[in-house]
Amino acid sequence: MVSFLIDPFSLSFMQRGLVGGILIGMTCAVLGAFVVWRGMAFIGDAMAHTVLPGIVIAFLNGASLFVGALIAGIVTAVGIGWFSKDGQVREDSAIGIMFSGLFALGIALLSRVNSYQDLSHILFGNVLGVSWGDIAAITVVLIIVGAGVALFYKELVVTSFDPGHARAIGLSPATVRYGLLILLALAVVSGIQAVGVVMVVSLLVTPAATASLLTKRLDQVIVLGAGLSVLGTVTGLLASFHLDIATGPVIVLTLTGFFILTFLFAPKQGWLMRLMDGDLPRRAN
Amino acid sequence: MSLESYGGSCVVPAVSGHPALVIQDLTYSYGSQAKSALFEVSLTVQRGQKVALIGPNGAGKSTLIKLIASMLPLQQGQIEIYGNAVGKCHHRVAYVPQRSDVDWQFPVSVRQVVMMGRYAHLGWLKWPGKVDREAVQNALEQMGMADFADRQIGELSGGQQQRVMLARTLAQNADLVLMDEPLNNLDVPTQELIFHVLEDLTAEGKTVIVSTHDLGVLPIHFNRAIFLDQRVISDGSVEEVLTAETLARAYGVRLCTDPETGAVTVEQLVNNRPVSRGDTHGQLFD
Repeated sequence: MVSFLIDPFSLSFMQRGLVGGILIGMTCAVLGAFVVWRGMAFIGDAMAHTVLPGIVIAFLNGASLFVGALIAGIVTAVGIGWFSKDGQVREDSAIGIMFSGLFALGIALLSRVNSYQDLSHILFGNVLGVSWGDIAAITVVLIIVGAGVALFYKELVVTSFDPGHARAIGLSPATVRYGLLILLALAVVSGIQAVGVVMVVSLLVTPAATASLLTKRLDQVIVLGAGLSVLGTVTGLLASFHLDIATGPVIVLTLTGFFILTFLFAPKQGWLMRLMDGDLPRRAN
Repeated sequence: MSLESYGGSCVVPAVSGHPALVIQDLTYSYGSQAKSALFEVSLTVQRGQKVALIGPNGAGKSTLIKLIASMLPLQQGQIEIYGNAVGKCHHRVAYVPQRSDVDWQFPVSVRQVVMMGRYAHLGWLKWPGKVDREAVQNALEQMGMADFADRQIGELSGGQQQRVMLARTLAQNADLVLMDEPLNNLDVPTQELIFHVLEDLTAEGKTVIVSTHDLGVLPIHFNRAIFLDQRVISDGSVEEVLTAETLARAYGVRLCTDPETGAVTVEQLVNNRPVSRGDTHGQLFD
């Protein structure tokens, strides 16, 4: 049993995958608490897709993938804000337009990179392929995201809970939102390396949503979400090693499994307990 | 809105002798709408006054309150708060939002919500200290919510949530308190507590402006009423403002007293001609 758990990590690519996966999972879960509670799942998913052209352009020019993705992420954030500013286009429509348009641009550019292998890594992730250099970059992202959330925690909370009060005390919710979107772009770029463009929203949403079923405190949602994410990554790596399945989907499936189990059996908010208490139809907003 | 306007950087003192609020020729319209929400509104509120802001739906009450709270940018006209231009000092003005503007399910505790009143003084990169925690505890106790301090805000009843919002205002220690429809669907004890606290605030020389549809509370709890319908229709003591004439003008109705029974009925007016008769309540003040 112990060797089942330990032995795989004697291999260097498994070690790098483990370290990278844990760091990525923590980064995404920390931001995920805000993504879940501010209703930003769609924009998170969109961001994952819109950074693709940035990554491809950077790749084609031999530039840093991070910088390319970050620029694309900022373009997305500003673009969505600009399209929907005067209420002529609804925000979700603006997101949909940016989402599909920039993703299409990314795919079109990718078709000039004559390698399906590159495409599949970007779309579906390959955490076992991360280098120590990637891990250094992922660590920097985790530090930036962690510091950003810690330093601006009260501003993030007040603009989420009561944007009117925030404006009344001179704190612009739009400024905070742009900051959050930049952090989101960074986290997405990290997440893509683990589970790819298509599934990165799972790292953002699923652990935090699971944690939110277990606690009503935001700081605990963040910590618990990060813990679940790490657990999911380790499980995913082990399962993919022993069963020979691609890592990204196994990580996502594990996190999804945690969510379903929690949704059914959580001590207070779980479906089973609510069924037994006879108050299932409740939980109005 | 500049980054500097948030937090403790506000050092503008209240200008002595100036009224709490002076509004001159304020006109505001939303985006592409041709009709302005507010048109040439001018009014002055002295320190220590408790003012009810009334008017039909869409009269611009919320817009006016949001402009005073510097939540909307000035388009035309001027607003002076304690002698300073609006937006100069954010912690002098506290705003209690309408219920629907707050995400009650968000995972914050009651204590954290009340602490948000202190954020007005803290600003970027500063953390609450002893003074802030004491202000929060005092505000919680004053509103009778100390026992609920660690509960998630969404677990409370509507009345309790409104008490927490007022506790946040107390913790902010603002000079001008703005409340947008704070009385809707509240239990009577909570309403009474809110009026009690507002009375205390004005007794301390603070100024309170409350928008409400509940005209029944006006004579007892307010010393001034402003009837707003895009512009100031009438302004004065509650008795002066609550006349059949202003009601008719603002709500498009006419009060009729039956000469034989003495019963009061309401006529709906369209272009100053009656179209239907009905009971006053419900239609008018919902």
